[in-house]
Parts: sequence; structure tokens; C-alpha cells
Amino acid sequence: MSVQSPTGELALTRLPGGTLVVRLAGAWRLDHGLPPLHELRRELREATPARIAFEGEGLTHWDSAVVAFLAGASSIARESGIPIDRSGLPEGLRRLLDLAEAVPEKDDAKDGSNIDDFVHRLGEKAIETHRLFRSDLQFLGHLALTVGRAFRGRARFRGSDLAYLIQQNGFEALPIVTLVTFLLGLILAFVGAIQLQTFGATIFVADLVGVAMVRDMGALITGIIMAGRSGAAFAAQLGSMKVTQEIDALETMSISSMDFLVLPRIAALFLMMPLLTLYGDAMGILGGAFVGVSMLDLSLVEYLFQTADAVSMSHVVGGVFKGAVYGALIAIAGCLRGVQCGRSSSAVGEAATAAVVTGIVAIIVACGVFAFAFYVLGI
Amino acid sequence: MADPGANGATPPAIAVRDLTMAYGDFVLQRDLHFTIDVGDIFVIMGGSGCGKSTLLRHLIGLNEPARGEVFYGTESFTHAPPGRRAEMLRRVGVLYQSGALWSSMTLAENVALPLGEFTTLSEAEIREVAALKLALVGLAGFEDYYPADISGGMQKRAGLARAMALDPEILFFDEPSAGLDPLSARHLDELIVELRDSLGSTIVVVTHELESIFAIGTNSVFLDAESRTMIATGVPTELRDHSEQEQVRRFLKRGEG
Ligand SMILES: Nc1ncnc2c1ncn2[C@@H]1O[C@H](COP(=O)(O)OP(=O)(O)OP(=O)(O)O)[C@@H](O)[C@H]1O
Ligand SMILES: [Mg+2]
Repeated sequence: MSVQSPTGELALTRLPGGTLVVRLAGAWRLDHGLPPLHELRRELREATPARIAFEGEGLTHWDSAVVAFLAGASSIARESGIPIDRSGLPEGLRRLLDLAEAVPEKDDAKDGSNIDDFVHRLGEKAIETHRLFRSDLQFLGHLALTVGRAFRGRARFRGSDLAYLIQQNGFEALPIVTLVTFLLGLILAFVGAIQLQTFGATIFVADLVGVAMVRDMGALITGIIMAGRSGAAFAAQLGSMKVTQEIDALETMSISSMDFLVLPRIAALFLMMPLLTLYGDAMGILGGAFVGVSMLDLSLVEYLFQTADAVSMSHVVGGVFKGAVYGALIAIAGCLRGVQCGRSSSAVGEAATAAVVTGIVAIIVACGVFAFAFYVLGI
Repeated sequence: MADPGANGATPPAIAVRDLTMAYGDFVLQRDLHFTIDVGDIFVIMGGSGCGKSTLLRHLIGLNEPARGEVFYGTESFTHAPPGRRAEMLRRVGVLYQSGALWSSMTLAENVALPLGEFTTLSEAEIREVAALKLALVGLAGFEDYYPADISGGMQKRAGLARAMALDPEILFFDEPSAGLDPLSARHLDELIVELRDSLGSTIVVVTHELESIFAIGTNSVFLDAESRTMIATGVPTELRDHSEQEQVRRFLKRGEG
């Protein structure tokens, strides 16, 4: 039997003596595909030959396509214990094959991940989840000890690192925080205006926007921005430091990466998030005022006085407190995923993604807990 | 397990006793057993992927042994409590395969960090010592460069300057001359010997550079990927000429003979 490719031909013929001749002819190129191994397999299933002889005199052009086919065919033959004869192949082809087979395949180099049934995968996933969870807890425990040490003034990091982190994760975040919180205030105002207009009580838009921003939305939306901005950055920074062995270098100098890298990052966000939250609150109120003045015919002074009446000090303090907690959570999530990062550049990307997901989930959960706690406390 | 140096001789710098290294279930090397004497330039050699870097990581506590023990002098490093380990590591400097300079700091700051952490020198003194260390590796004038702004070979040398910052008793090198031109590689070899002679440091080098193995190595261990254990230990030139193991001779003669 024989198979034709656009330019090449593969023929399998049985000789009377029990020899199977595999003859390649014409031009075989990688971009036309490999000679089909399954044809050979089918032929072998029909009857096991005494010998396989490869012939390639008719080849006008060959490249890795032919080499890969022959290497595959040889290993199939070896597995079924059929002797092979390559003397009919061009010299260069024979040499390449010898080279490919010079070092025997390392049998445990493939780590058995080709076992691919559901139970196996489920088991692997369970073990992996357990391992990750344990390393999360280890990180948090270690962090708690480090923070304890820091309060006793015995943690070491460079002040200049903290200053730089504060600049990067505080001031440089202002433009994006401005934009997003302003728009959020605007959106809230529109939502409220449609409802309140029916009662002719549009002035209460100021109450709605003010209280919503200051109590919850300001901190939450700023937190989400910072999770995408700083959380991902922290994970990528620590992850790539792991890849380049910079963290190893710290550890062997007995400089704890927890002190030196994680602590200043948490401190920076813990300090900056409350300020960003306050700023975001103000921007949101301005966004609401913009709608009030331009579309609801309220005067700016009237709007702001109404807001000041509605918003109490405890709202402001509560919001700022939430902001600080979110900041710590985002930084912890970012550093945690960075420290867990693998030793390749693709792992750094995965760490950054995981940091954002973890960070956002953490602040949303915290937001829910706060909502419940503040309700119970009557704040 | 016999304590190293128990027979009253001068204690070794490092003793490795029945060490088995594994990643999970994958055993990389088993039953490693050798001694590194003070003042040795000890070469860890073997084919690619046989576990040389991993052995180095075990010697400095970045990986934990699956079995067996590493001693510094006569004291167990493997079983030392964390605080004690940190003290033992303070006598050690490491040059990593990739340099591993802290990328957010200048070269001078890289060298200065360990000085600031572990000495009582003043800022000005630290700056001076850092400049000296950089000059020793041929990087005078590059104090204020960031690692990203210098070449790979220069990063390696800067990494060496950092490793030498605290005048360590034991220096570890992972592939020091990989990526260096022949002249710089030669210069580095001379520097290594100089450090040993002038500071009395013990030096542990992972390398496949035959030339430097023979030029500077005073003792060695050969890890074999096939049998997953060490198959030779001794002076490199002697191993080349007289080893009973054919693989070792072939490796040291580039496969000829
Ligand atoms: N983190 C890891 N997890 C699992 N296996 C690993 C890990 N790191 C290395 N290995 C495996 O351990 C083996 C030895 O790696 P190692 O880096 O020690 O080799 P090496 O002897 O230094 O090689 P080279 O000369 O190429 O640097 C490799 O086969 C590698 O697959
Ligand atoms: Mg290596």
C-alpha cells in the first residue's frame, strides 16, 4: 500500500521473506506534513514482519519531517522487538538518526503527567490545593511574627524603599483614582436622580452620593483600583526577584525577605490607602455635584451644604478605616502570590493575575463583613 | 554517623555526610559523602542537569536534604536552629549563576547592604569599602550604575563583589565563568586563587570549564547523572589521568581518550 503527499510518496511493501520495506520517495517537507506513522502502525497490526527495511533512494528532498518519521518508526519497531535495517537510507539521514538516539530517553524526565483521567486530575488538584493552602497559612504566620517584631522596632528595611513605595503606590495613583471616583460619583448621582425626580426631591441626590461614597464606595472602588495597580505590581516584583535568585541572595545573607520586601509594601499601602480613600470620597462628591449643578438645577453651595449635613464624622472615619484594612489586604495578597511564584517568567504573569483575583476577593469579603458589623454596631 | 573531624585533626570547612537530594519523589543524587578542607578550591563537576546547582543550594540551606547532613566545621548545619544557621551563613558568600544582584539598587548599594546590616561601619566607611570591593573585580567607577545598565559579565563580577563584601571564610560560586570572555574568565580564576591565598578563604566552585578546573581546583567531586551519585572525588588533574571511572576521564578529556 502507499500514501501520497503533494510531493512525496510513502510505500509499504511486504517481501516474500517476511521483510517489510518502508520506502520514501519524492520530496518530504515539514510544511507539507510528516509521513503518516499510523499507516505503519496499521500495517504492523495486520502481521508482524520479521524485519523492517527503510529505503530512501528515491528521496529528492528531505528535512526534519522524514527524520521525525523515521525516529518514530524505529522506536515503534524497537518496542515490538522487530529488527530494523537502515542501510537503504541516505548517509546524512542515517547520521542524524544516530545522533537522535545517542542518548537514551530519560525515563523519569516525563513526570507521568500523561496519565490523564478524571480521578487522577482530581487527586492532583486536591493535593495542589492543600499544598497552596498550607503555604498561605505559613506565609500569614510568618508575617504575623514579622509584624510583631516590627512593633518592637526589630524589623529591618530601608527607609528609602518605603519612601519610594509610598510615592509609587500613593501619589502616582492619584490620576486614576481621580478619574474613577469622579465617574462613580457621577453614576451614583444619575441613578439617584431618576428615582428622586419622581418625588421632586432631587436635592437628596447629595445625601445619596455623599453617604454612599464616604461610607463604602470610596474605599471599595479605590481598593479595587489599587488591587489591579499595586497588588499585581507587588506580585510581579517579588516573583521576578525569585526568578532571578535575588530573594535567595537575601536569604543567604540572613536578611529576611519578609522584613526587607514584604513589610515596606504592606506599610506603604496601609498608610496610603486611607489618604487615597479620603481623596476618592471628595472626588466622588464632586462628581455628584457636577450632575446636580449641570442637570438638576441645584446650586453648588446648596449641594455641598446638603452633603455636609448628610455625612457624619463616623461615616468618614469608618470609610477611612476600611480603606486602611483594604490596603493591607491588597498588599498581603500581592506579596503572598509573589512569594509563592514559581521560577519561570510565565509563573510571574500567573502570580500577578492571582494577586489581583485574591486581592479583590479579599476586599469584597471584608466589605461584606464590615457592612454586617457596622449594621450590628449601629454605625 | 561519624562526626567530621572527630579524630582530632583540623576540622574541615564543610563536610557532607550521606546526603540525598530530591525534588518531591524525584531523587536527584544519593549518598553524597565528601569533605571540603579549609583553604581548598573545591570543584563540583558533572554533566548538565546532574544536580550541581542543587547541591550548592543544599550547602547554603536554600534546599533541605531528603536524607543526610551538611556540617560546617564540626557543627551540623542541617540541624542547626534558624538563628544559629543565620550566624553560620554570615561567614559565607555566594555568587549565583545569574548574578542575582538586587535590581532596585545600584552596584554600590548592593555591596553596601550586607555591610550596613552586619557591621558597625559608618555610612562613609561603608561607601569606601563598597568602592574597594567593586574595584577589586574591575568595576571601579560603576558604583552608581544599576544592574540592568551593565553587561552580563559585569553583573557577574558585581555579584562577586557583593559576595566578598563581608570577607567570608567560605565563598560559593555557581558557574562563575559562564558568559565571560576568555580573558575575563582567566582574570576571575586568578582572583579566586588570590582570595584564597590572601584571605585564606575556602572556595567551592560549580563549573564545567575544564581549563579553570585544572588551573585552580585542588579537590573535587564528580556527580554522575546516570547512576545518580558521586563517582569520583580527588584532585582534578589526578582524576583526569588516573581515575578508574571511564566517564570521569572522558569528561575531563572532553570525550577524547
Ligand atoms: N525546583 C525544581 N523542581 C523540580 N526539579 C528541579 C527543580 N530545579 C531543578 N530541578 C531538576 O533537577 C535537575 C538538576 O538541576 P540543577 O540546576 O541542579 O542542574 P545543574 O547540574 O546545575 O545543571 P547545569 O550545569 O545545566 O546548570 C534538573 O534535571 C532539573 O530538572
Ligand atoms: Mg547549574
